Amino acid sequence: MSGFNLYKYSSPATFYVLAGRLIPWFYAAAALLGAAGLYVSFFLAPTDFQQGEAYRIIFIHVPAAWMSMFIYLAMAGWAALGLAFNTRLSFMMASALAPTGAMLTFVSLWTGALWGKPTWGAWWVWDARLTSELILFFLYLGFMALQAAIDDPRRADRAGALIALVGVVNVPIIYFSVKWWNTLHQGASVSLNTAPSMAAVMLAGMLVMALAVWMYAIAAALSRVRCIILERERNSQWVAQMLGAEPHPHPNLPLEGEGTNVEGI
Amino acid sequence: MVGMNWHSLSEFIHMGGYALYVWGSFGVTALLIAGEILLLGARRKKALTLVRRTIKFGKAENDEDAA
Repeated sequence: MSGFNLYKYSSPATFYVLAGRLIPWFYAAAALLGAAGLYVSFFLAPTDFQQGEAYRIIFIHVPAAWMSMFIYLAMAGWAALGLAFNTRLSFMMASALAPTGAMLTFVSLWTGALWGKPTWGAWWVWDARLTSELILFFLYLGFMALQAAIDDPRRADRAGALIALVGVVNVPIIYFSVKWWNTLHQGASVSLNTAPSMAAVMLAGMLVMALAVWMYAIAAALSRVRCIILERERNSQWVAQMLGAEPHPHPNLPLEGEGTNVEGI
Repeated sequence: MVGMNWHSLSEFIHMGGYALYVWGSFGVTALLIAGEILLLGARRKKALTLVRRTIKFGKAENDEDAA
């Protein structure tokens, strides 16, 4: 297993230190991009001739909705890696992404309701886009509740990974719902094969805000995975050494996770 | 005073009559992000306390307290 660099960083001990160094940079990038994005959203982007100022909700709604789906894909990807290679850190990353993904899914639903009321006259409609996004929210909550309900971390990891992978089918449903069904929700604002149906400055504002949310999500997930590593590896030698303390005075008790980065080996 | 869209602070806050919706969106998002950062700080503190106790008292005594 040694010699291949990727395995070095799949060790919780190494990754804990690496993540700790990266977190401030991601928070700083999020703050700078967020400030720039808000400036574009409120001061550079002009008033919409149809929706007035209400349309400015787009600058938080669309980035949150994009990231809610993207984080789910990332979470399912880590879960799949964990199942395939039996790496503890992959499962921990999946768990670390879920609360941030759930929060951003809630933001997209909340801001959608606040945008829907003045433009459609309804806080909520059961159309395909809104309903599938609501299902995404429940998938995140289900993942978290299931993991919280299982005491054995390894079983919790596997059960959560299954939910995460089964739920992946919902992501393309959300994304293509506005094409597949006749929804009240408007079509894609930005798509890969057609020119964006909006002014360049509005598009720029959305993209900068999306990058800000992305950087924030990475910072939050890395902070959370460090907590998870500490919680789960608290019996291991490296945690004790890192905190500069003596190992516990019962050396006959087994130390979990010592020196291995792959479960069960 | 504030860029090309707004001629005064009160006009900015008023958001063309959509203040509730626009500030309700941005404000709640800001609160949720701030809340998540606070929760992460609290979780880290709790995890470090758990680790220190584990180091001090050993594995067995702490297993029931695991989150």
